[in-house]
Amino acid sequence: MLTSIMEQLINGLRTGSIYALIALGYTMVYGIAKMINFAHGDIIMVGAYTLYIGIALLHLPVLPAMLLTAVVCSVLGMLIEKIAYKPLRKAPPLAVLITAIGMSYFLQSVALLIFSSTPIPFKSVIEVEGIQVGTVNISGITIVTLAVTTVIMVGLTLFINRTKAGSAMRAVSEDRGAAELMGINVNRTISMTFAIGSALAAVAGILYICQYQSLRPTLGALPGIKAFVAAVLGGIGSVPGAMLGGIMLGLIESLSKAYISTELADAIVFGVLVVVLLVRPSGLLGKKKLVKV
Amino acid sequence: MKKVVSVGLAAVMAVSMAACAGSDTSDTTAAADTTAAAEESGEQAADAADTEGMEEFLIGSTGPLTGAAASYGTSVKQGEEIAIQEINEAGGVQVGDTTYKLVLNFQDDEAKEDKAVTAFNTLVDAGMNAYVGAVTTGACLAQTDLSYEANILQITPSASAEAVTANPNVFRMCFTDPLQGEMIAQYVVDNGYESVAVLWNNSDEYSAGIHDAFVETLEAADASLLVADESFATGDVDFNTQLTVIKNSGAKLLFVPAYYGDVAYIVQQAKDAGMECDFVGSDGWDGVLGQVTDPAMVEGAVFLSPFLATEDAAADFVSKYEAAYGATPDQFAADGYDCVYAIKAAMEQAGSIETEALIQAMTEITVDGLTGQVTFEESGEPAKTAKYVQIVNGEYTAM
Repeated sequence: MLTSIMEQLINGLRTGSIYALIALGYTMVYGIAKMINFAHGDIIMVGAYTLYIGIALLHLPVLPAMLLTAVVCSVLGMLIEKIAYKPLRKAPPLAVLITAIGMSYFLQSVALLIFSSTPIPFKSVIEVEGIQVGTVNISGITIVTLAVTTVIMVGLTLFINRTKAGSAMRAVSEDRGAAELMGINVNRTISMTFAIGSALAAVAGILYICQYQSLRPTLGALPGIKAFVAAVLGGIGSVPGAMLGGIMLGLIESLSKAYISTELADAIVFGVLVVVLLVRPSGLLGKKKLVKV
Repeated sequence: MKKVVSVGLAAVMAVSMAACAGSDTSDTTAAADTTAAAEESGEQAADAADTEGMEEFLIGSTGPLTGAAASYGTSVKQGEEIAIQEINEAGGVQVGDTTYKLVLNFQDDEAKEDKAVTAFNTLVDAGMNAYVGAVTTGACLAQTDLSYEANILQITPSASAEAVTANPNVFRMCFTDPLQGEMIAQYVVDNGYESVAVLWNNSDEYSAGIHDAFVETLEAADASLLVADESFATGDVDFNTQLTVIKNSGAKLLFVPAYYGDVAYIVQQAKDAGMECDFVGSDGWDGVLGQVTDPAMVEGAVFLSPFLATEDAAADFVSKYEAAYGATPDQFAADGYDCVYAIKAAMEQAGSIETEALIQAMTEITVDGLTGQVTFEESGEPAKTAKYVQIVNGEYTAM
């Protein structure tokens, strides 16, 4: 029984930490650009296919292929912002939201045209032996996923709190107008945020594909939506909130699937979201902003 | 700020609701279209006739050529093409005084209900005389009422849910879901397994049909055998939670009645989780070797199939198939091949290409096919049995 609970917790931690990685992208972009980038989930898909191209078609070694994936996704993220979102910066939020959904469909359709909807099997590039702790078995990919996400979260927290660029991001997120007056290059900061968010999605894509070993054009949609929920649960706009939200979501999902019902798992996840939003409308760690009229 | 979030959430909900509603609406509108389309079809068939001195007999067919079940549809299509080529080269089908040349029109349905309805209507518009399809159960169920209304003989090569043959114009080439569940339960008992788990797709008729019959038969034999009964939904890619439960239940054997796409995820995650149990599967496992990244994952697995390419009786078909498509045929190719020969036999028996005569003839014919000798009952069910197939050294082998 104890073994079973431990293993389910580890399952939850692993999916949760991937959700958290993706949720970071949503929350950072929201904090800075005040928009929800629904194309974010599809960046994961682009990342997965880029890794596939790098390894299976271009025969690159693993590390350069991963780097290529991160670079392609970052550049794509910045391009999407420049082409699709920047012209709409003064537009009503609904217009930006629809554009983002359109961008998501656009990316999926392009992948569908190029690779067709037939799933492509892809052998994991992460080959780490699993370990046995007592009776609990932890697979190699789980160890790598947890290690990578921990390093990234610590790194990102330090970056935001300790560097000049990070301070610029926080300043823009707090008050874009004032930040501009203080001499912060708002455009560059927004571009950088999209680049970092998309690079995180690329990492999530790599971890995702190494875990599930099969590519299809819609693979980013579901984790994208789940991560968005995680970001809202944790408090959208808050970086620690996204991490907490992602991991909580993974744990709730895993435990309710294991001990309550597979069919009800999603209902429970969304039920928790509803309850949290009723009690704390700005999410678990979201800041409540007073609007003076 | 809150507004943006709530607008976002509302949008997510709207999109998902639209997705759910989508299939229903397309079903009803398509059904309304069919009658109109059926009227046109008569004229078109007459137009198409009289080429090369032979009348054309159009066999319509749908199945997934793309998407998660693409391997099934592609195989059925290629099997049909081989059969049609053989028949036409041998001089076509003699019905009374007329010789018919068989023509195939195959439409992609992506194994989706809404696409299957559109594909079926396209075929009716093209003036098909008989219909082979659909390849997957869900898509087929969406079509059976349409084919009944359009009054067309339908033979499904591989849709195995019981409800598929409810209409009198529908026949089935493969064995049914309940039969598979019973046979696997028998396999479990015969091989002396003490603890068994089942992992099935509860949003899929095919998987649910096999699961229900399996559990019923197994519990009738010995209720203590089944130690874990876990389910998932179509589109799931993460099975770790269910597999952890199964692993900790101590099951020595895991039965997965599902399509090979899901199976590939399941066996790989089972391996990552350090599970060492044996696997058994339904006929949806056929094609799994093309989807797993390492054949060792499914080594030793046993599943049901009506056809095996390594058998002597299939040698001629296999060599033609390999020459044409560079691949070894699977049971779906054989089912497609047999369906075409069943239609040929029915045409000859009926002495007519009228649907009523063909349906009547279907119950009178015996097809000595690649998937064994088949006769059809009035209910549309075939009288045939399944073979057990084991994966040994990365190859499908007979047991």
